[in-house]
Amino acid sequence: MYKIAKENLTALFQLMAAERDIYAPVNNGGQVNFEAWAEGAEVDLDTLKSVKSPKDAFFPQSENLYTCYRDGKKITIQPEELRHEDFVVFGMKACDVKGVEVLDKVFLSEPVDTFYAARRAHGTIVALACHEPEETCFCKVFGIDCAEPVADVATWMVEGELYWKALTEKGEALTKAVASLLTETDDAKVEAEKTAIRAIVEKLPYSNLSLEGWNGDALTEKFESPIWEDLYKPCLACGTCTFVCPTCQCYDIKDYDTGHGVQRYRCWDSCMYSDFTMMAHGNNRTSQMQRFRQRFMHKLVYFPANNDSMYSCVGCGRCVEKCPASLNIVKVIKAFENQGGDR
Amino acid sequence: MQELINRAKELLANGTVARVLGWKAGDLPYNPEPAFFTTAEELENFVYNGFCGANLSKYMIAASKLEGKTMVCLKPCDSYSFNQLIKEHRVDREKAYIVGVGCMGKLSIEKVKELGIKGVTAVSGAEMADGAETLTFQTLYGEKSCAYSDAMLERCHVCKGKEHVIYDELIGESKDTKDAERFAEVEKIEAMSPAEKFAFFQKELSKCIRCNACRNVCPACSCRKCVFDSTKFDSDQKANVDSFEEKMFHVIRAFHVAGRCTDCGECSRVCPQGIPLHLFNRKFIKDINELYGDFQAGADAETKGPLTNFTFDDAEPSIVTNR
Repeated sequence: MYKIAKENLTALFQLMAAERDIYAPVNNGGQVNFEAWAEGAEVDLDTLKSVKSPKDAFFPQSENLYTCYRDGKKITIQPEELRHEDFVVFGMKACDVKGVEVLDKVFLSEPVDTFYAARRAHGTIVALACHEPEETCFCKVFGIDCAEPVADVATWMVEGELYWKALTEKGEALTKAVASLLTETDDAKVEAEKTAIRAIVEKLPYSNLSLEGWNGDALTEKFESPIWEDLYKPCLACGTCTFVCPTCQCYDIKDYDTGHGVQRYRCWDSCMYSDFTMMAHGNNRTSQMQRFRQRFMHKLVYFPANNDSMYSCVGCGRCVEKCPASLNIVKVIKAFENQGGDR
Repeated sequence: MQELINRAKELLANGTVARVLGWKAGDLPYNPEPAFFTTAEELENFVYNGFCGANLSKYMIAASKLEGKTMVCLKPCDSYSFNQLIKEHRVDREKAYIVGVGCMGKLSIEKVKELGIKGVTAVSGAEMADGAETLTFQTLYGEKSCAYSDAMLERCHVCKGKEHVIYDELIGESKDTKDAERFAEVEKIEAMSPAEKFAFFQKELSKCIRCNACRNVCPACSCRKCVFDSTKFDSDQKANVDSFEEKMFHVIRAFHVAGRCTDCGECSRVCPQGIPLHLFNRKFIKDINELYGDFQAGADAETKGPLTNFTFDDAEPSIVTNR
């Protein structure tokens, strides 16, 4: 276990940045999001949740796949380079780290997504324990311990000092690179911090949410439940929940006419949008009820069915905070519980 | 609130309305959701408090196509949106039984968090009957409080007034919450140099994640199919190759709602990234006021809007270059 004083964090970032890019929670115009760190950036490790999850670091909202140029009759196709430089994602929370594990299931299983795989290979995750969990958090429901994040490096902010513990080879390597700024210490304060965090988690209103009945086998009864017809009604069909979510992984591939060629790119898609999974024959979900249902069925039924019972929700609570109509996955789970949705 | 519930039950029971559109209590003290109620039993979950910021006029577009009347709860500012929607033939006046509800200013949990109050598990002072000056929060980290007005949405600080511009009956008192000039922020931006203006909007709009919440919540954005939802349009509803698209989306949207935007402030309320989107619309409103005389969209359901009407006194296009 090592530690570094909070006021030396800028020096830590400078040292890390000498050899690699850093993504960290940065306050930009009042909103905290994970962004590429640059000298002078306003790093904010106190705000519990970035607006968007840090999944951009591995799966950006929009990325180029290849570009075609036309020169007379000659067409050149230039694939986008894969990530080949190391980088660090600093300050990810335990839920978001678990979110990356969910994305791994999708992008690292055959056929492997090379763009994502390259970023995973070159990325080192420094996770930060949640000093003050909030009422919208429910990571405990998914077996996540926000007091002890599992990543390449786990850190804790206690009384103005950042405690640092490497957990993997990548983490050891990063620790070595910044060793000159770290001092060795015992883990007494960290243990006390963990106890304090866990005590708060016990008091969170959503910590005892029951997922009973939600599993890969629940397809028919959940899908056909009449509850959806009520639940979806306030939904505005915007994409907020999907775009702030650490596990939503759907994307669209599109061509952009640059005027002298084509840029083929992919961007996050949202199952809330009317052209989601649009095919030549049309769209297989024609109503907002169906689109709304898709999101929750995917997270709580389809995903576990295909991925060893792993849910694709990690309880970060961003959708709880951000939905313009105050709808969210918790309300869906509770509605099924309260109204016996399987009737 | 109880008066509202009783009235709703009555209207349902005597067959005046087939359903009630209001807000349903959430599972946190600050997250009620817009909801339709069809029975007295369901109305037990009806809630109306400081956190009921959602403008229900937009939901009336869908409700107008349903069988029978809908009792809809509209705050004074929401009633402007409803009028505007009548003018645009997007809602059916005959399908609505409008209960104008009182308003003490609506609260924003985001504002509360900005004040450093987090882990909220209970709130007092947000009920309509309280008319409280102070909000008290029970949080996971102890009791906290703040002035009611410090937790109010921006739009309430420039409130258009306590009067409902359309209603069938009124229930509840309203409060004067205006304590700022509506166009002060716009004037600040107008005073900037072009480079400063560009930097300002660049910074704000670069936060956009293209969630379309601003568009989908907007009562003026009532097209059945938005141009940005077309797969044939190069600039579509999702993130594009570069950030130019975000600007294009917002600028096109601002132009499209110009003269029809009532300044209800929903766009800014719902933006997950806290972009002050209302500033675009308010700039248009200010310009329209200056060029065509004071005009408030939605003040009534009949007057032709300055941008959809022609008079010989209209500002000439050259006015743009002269300004």
